[in-house]
Amino acid sequence: MDLSYFITSLTTIQPELMVSATLLVVLVFDLIFKQKKTFIPYIALAGLVATFFFLINQFGISQTAFITSAEKQYGIFSLDPFGTFFKFIIVVSSFLVILMSISSSEIKNVNSRSGEYYTLIFGMILGMMFLASANDLILIYISLELLSLSSYVLAGFLKKERRPSEAAMKYLLFGAISSAIMLFGMSLFYGLFATTNLNVIASLGSVSGMETITLTISTIFIFAGIGYKISSVPFHFWTPDVYEGAPIPITAYLSVASKSAGFALLVRFVRVGFTNTTLENGFWILLEGFDWQLFLTIIAIATMTIGNLIALWQDNLKRMLAYSSIAHAGYLIAALVAFNNESLLAILVYFVFYLLMNFGAFYVVMVVKNKHNTEDINDYDGFGTTSPFLAVVMSFFLFSLAGVPPFAGFIGKLYIFIALVDAKLLVLAIIALLNSTVSVYYYMRVLKHMFLTKKTDNSKTVEVDLFDKVVLLALAIPTLVLGLYFSGVVNLAQNSINILGF
Amino acid sequence: MDFPILTLITFLPIIGMIVILFLKSEQKDAIRYTALISTALQLLLAVFLLMNFNYQAVGINDESSFQFVEKVRWITIPNISWLGTIKIDYFLGIDGLSILMVFLTAFVSFIATISSWNIPKQIKGYMAMFLLLDTGMMGVFVALDFFLFYVFWEVMLLPMYFLIGIWGGPRKEYAAIKFFIYTLFGSIFILLTMIGLYFSATEMVDGVRLHTFNLIELTKAASYSADGILSSANPNNYRFIAYILLFIGFAIKIPMFPFHTWLPDAHVEAPTPISVILAGILLKLGTYGILRINYSIFPEITVQLAWWIGLFGVINIIYGALVALAQKDFKKLIAYSSISHMGYVLLGMASLSVTGISGAIFQMFNHGTITSMLFLIVGVIYDRAHTRGLEEFGGLANKMPVYTGFVSVAFFAAIGLPGLSGFISESLVFIGAFGYGTTRILTIVALLGILLGAAYMLWTLQRLFFGKFNEKWQALTDINSREYIMFIPLTIVIIYLGIQPSLALDFMNTSVKAFVQFINTAGF
Repeated sequence: MDLSYFITSLTTIQPELMVSATLLVVLVFDLIFKQKKTFIPYIALAGLVATFFFLINQFGISQTAFITSAEKQYGIFSLDPFGTFFKFIIVVSSFLVILMSISSSEIKNVNSRSGEYYTLIFGMILGMMFLASANDLILIYISLELLSLSSYVLAGFLKKERRPSEAAMKYLLFGAISSAIMLFGMSLFYGLFATTNLNVIASLGSVSGMETITLTISTIFIFAGIGYKISSVPFHFWTPDVYEGAPIPITAYLSVASKSAGFALLVRFVRVGFTNTTLENGFWILLEGFDWQLFLTIIAIATMTIGNLIALWQDNLKRMLAYSSIAHAGYLIAALVAFNNESLLAILVYFVFYLLMNFGAFYVVMVVKNKHNTEDINDYDGFGTTSPFLAVVMSFFLFSLAGVPPFAGFIGKLYIFIALVDAKLLVLAIIALLNSTVSVYYYMRVLKHMFLTKKTDNSKTVEVDLFDKVVLLALAIPTLVLGLYFSGVVNLAQNSINILGF
Repeated sequence: MDFPILTLITFLPIIGMIVILFLKSEQKDAIRYTALISTALQLLLAVFLLMNFNYQAVGINDESSFQFVEKVRWITIPNISWLGTIKIDYFLGIDGLSILMVFLTAFVSFIATISSWNIPKQIKGYMAMFLLLDTGMMGVFVALDFFLFYVFWEVMLLPMYFLIGIWGGPRKEYAAIKFFIYTLFGSIFILLTMIGLYFSATEMVDGVRLHTFNLIELTKAASYSADGILSSANPNNYRFIAYILLFIGFAIKIPMFPFHTWLPDAHVEAPTPISVILAGILLKLGTYGILRINYSIFPEITVQLAWWIGLFGVINIIYGALVALAQKDFKKLIAYSSISHMGYVLLGMASLSVTGISGAIFQMFNHGTITSMLFLIVGVIYDRAHTRGLEEFGGLANKMPVYTGFVSVAFFAAIGLPGLSGFISESLVFIGAFGYGTTRILTIVALLGILLGAAYMLWTLQRLFFGKFNEKWQALTDINSREYIMFIPLTIVIIYLGIQPSLALDFMNTSVKAFVQFINTAGF
C-alpha cells in the first residue's frame, strides 16, 4: 500500500478522524484548563455536531478503503450506506448521552474526573464507528476491544460505590473471556480460509466434509464475541448487573449505541461473510456449511423469552429495562433470521425508534434518581398526580417499548413481523408476538405504580427542570409522531440497506 | 361527499379532549360541559348520517357504493425492487353493517357522558381518557383500511386501562391489567393475520398492482396472487389458521366462551359509565370485526365453520345465563347476562341467512341500548346504597316507584318481551337460525336460554323490589332529574324499536342481503 493510496483512503474515514480529533481536544483541554471542566461536555457536543456533518456528506456513498494487497477487491474498511446509517444512530445517541451526563447528578458528583469520562466516551464512539464499517476480522477485533475497554472503565466510573465496582469487574471478566473465545474463532477462520477479509471468505464458497465442523465451531466462537456485545442469550449474564451498576447515562448508552454497533457487526458478518447471492425478491441465499437460520432462531427465541420472563420480576427499574433490552435484542435477531432485505430494513427502522424510546425511559429513570436517589419501582407510586409531566412522557416511552399503536415502537415491531411473515417463518413470528404480550405486563406495571397506586405520605414529587423537559419532549414527541407518520424513517432506512459487496 | 363528516364524527372527541387538557383541573363544570358538548355534537352528526343514509347502497364488497367515503393516502413509502411500494390509506366509509353501530357509539357515549357527571376524583383526566376512548371506538366502525382499523382498535386499549384502573372499584388494578393483557393477546393475532393478508393481496393503484390493506379489495378473490401465503389458490391451510387466529382475536372482545373471564372482573370494577361503554359498544366491536373481516375475507371458511360459531354462541347463551342465575352481586349478574345475550348475536351470524344476520346486527344494537340501561340501573342503586348485594334489598317498589318502572322496562326488554326491541332481534335470530339446516338443533337448545333469562331477570326483580322492605334503606330516594335524562332516551329507543323495528332494519336490509349472497356464492 503506497502512501498516496493511504491518504486517499483517509478521506473515507473523515467522521472517525473527527471523533479522534475531538477525543484529543477533550483530553488536552482537560489537562490545560483544570478549573473549567464544565466546558468539556460542550466541546464534546460541538465535536459530535461536526462529525454529524461529515456523516451527512458520506451518506449514500459506497466505497471500499484500505485495500491491503492488489489482488483483493475489497479493503478492510467499507464505507457504505448501511454503516453510515448505524453511525448516525451512534452519533445521535452519543449526543443524547452527553446531554444526559450534563444533567445526571451521578456524573456531577465526580466532576473532577469529567475529562476522563468524556475521553472514554469518545473512545467508545470511535470503536463503534469502526465496528459499523469493519470488513476484516482484524479490524473487527481491534475496534471491538477499543469499544470494550472504554466501556469497562465507564461502567465502573463511580468507583467509590460497591455496585459499580462489581459491575465493572463482571463486565471485564465476561468481556475478556468472550473476546478471547472470539479471537480463537478468528484464528480457526484464518486456518480455514487463509484470509481475514470477509469478502474473500464469501468468495471462497461453501465448505464440506470435516471442514464443516471447523467452520461451525469457529463461527459459534466468533458469535460469542458478537453475542456478548448485543447481550444475546447465553452471553447475557453480565447485562443486568452492569446495567444496574453503571451510571444511568452509560447504561442507556450501552443499551442503545453499543448494541447497535454489535448488530451492525452481526449483520455485516452474516451478510458479507456468508451470503452467496441475493435473489430478485430480496431473499439471501446463504453459503452452505453453517446453518445460520437454525442457530439464530434458537438464539432469538431464547433471548426474547428469557429477557421477558425475568423482567417480569424486577423491582429495580434500571434492571427491568436491562432485561427488557435483552428481549429487544431477541426481536432484532428474530428479524435477521428471515435473511432478506426486509430483515435489514426492520433492524434499521427498529433502531431509530429504539433509540428514542429506550433513551427516553432511561432519561426518566435518571431524572428521578437525580432527585431522590432511587430506582425502585415502588418509589414511583402516585407520580401520575404528583409529577404528571414525567408520568405522561414515561408512559409514552413504555407504551412504545411495549409496541402498542399508535406509538413508534409498534411500527418497529410491525416491520419485524413483516419480514418474518414474508419469509413464512410463522412459528417464530407467533413466538415473538406472544413474547411482546408478556412484555406488556412489566411495562404496564410501571404505569400501574405511577397512575393507579394511590400516593401515600412518602410519595415523592419530582420537579423537572427546563433542560430535562426539553430533552424529554424532544424524545417523546417523535415517539408519538413517528408512529403515525413513519414514511420518512422507513424511506431513509430503505435507502440505507446497501452493504458494500452486494 | 366533500365535507369530511366521518373524520369529524371520529375526531370530534379528540378536539374535546385537547380543549379539556388546556382547562384547569379546578374548572370541573367547564370540563364536564366540554365533554358533553363534544359527545352531543357527535350524536347530532350521527343523526345527520342516519337521515342522509341511502338505503339502496350496498357497500360490503363494492367500494363505490360505500357512503360518506373519505380516502386519502396516509403513508407512502416509495418503491424498491424487493418490497414494492408500501401504501396505507386513510380510508373511511360506512354501509349497512356499520351505520347502526356508528349511531349506537354516539348515542351510548352521550348517555355515558351524562352518567359520568359525578365522577368523584380527577375529572379532567377521566374526561380526557373517556373522549379518547370514544374516538377509538368510532374509528373502528368507520375504518375500511385494515391498518387504520388496527390502530383504532389498539388506541381503545390505553384509555380503557386507565379508566378501569384509576376510577374503578377495590380490585381495579387486577381488572385493568387483566383486560389489557387479554385484549392485547387477541390483537396480536389480528396483527399477524393483517400482515399475512397484506402480502397476499394486491390492489390496482394508478395502473400498478400494489399490496394493500384495503378491506374491500381483500374480499375479492381476484386481488390475491397465486403464491400469496393467504390466497385461496394456495393448497396449504394457512387461510384456515389465519381465520382461527383472527376469530380468537375478535372473540376475546365479544367475549366468547372460553375467552370471557376478563369481562366480569372488568365490569364489576369499572365505574358505571365505563361499564356502560364496555357493554354498550366495546363488545360489539368483536362481532362487528368478525362480520367485516372474518366473514367477508374468508367466506369459504366461514361456511365451513358456521356450525362451530353457532355452537359457541349457544354455549355463551346457556353458560352465561346459568352463571347469572348464581350471582348475588347485581353488577356481576348483569355482566353475565350480557355474555349470554352476545351469544344470540353469534347464533344469528352462524345462520348465514338474511334473517339471521339482520337479527344479529339488530341484536347488537339492542344489546347496546338494553345492557347500557341495565348497567345504569345498577349504578343508580349503587350510588345510593353503596352495595350491590341483591339479597340486601327487597320491597323497593314502594320506595322508588319510578326507578322500578324503568327497571321493569329494561328487564323485560332483556328477557325479550314482545313489544320491546329485544324481542324482535331475538326472534329474527331464532327464525334465521332455525331455518338454516345446520344450526337447527342449536337453535332448539338456545331457546332454553330465553327461559333461563326470564328466570334470573324475574328473580332479580323480585329480590330487589318485592317482598319485605328492609328498613335499612329508609333513606333511599327515587331517581333524580339527571338520571331521568339518561333513562328516557334509552327507554324511548327500546320501546319504539319494539313497535317499529323496520326503522332500524331498513338501514341494513340492502347490505345484509348482498352480504349473505356474497358469502353464499363465494363460500361454496
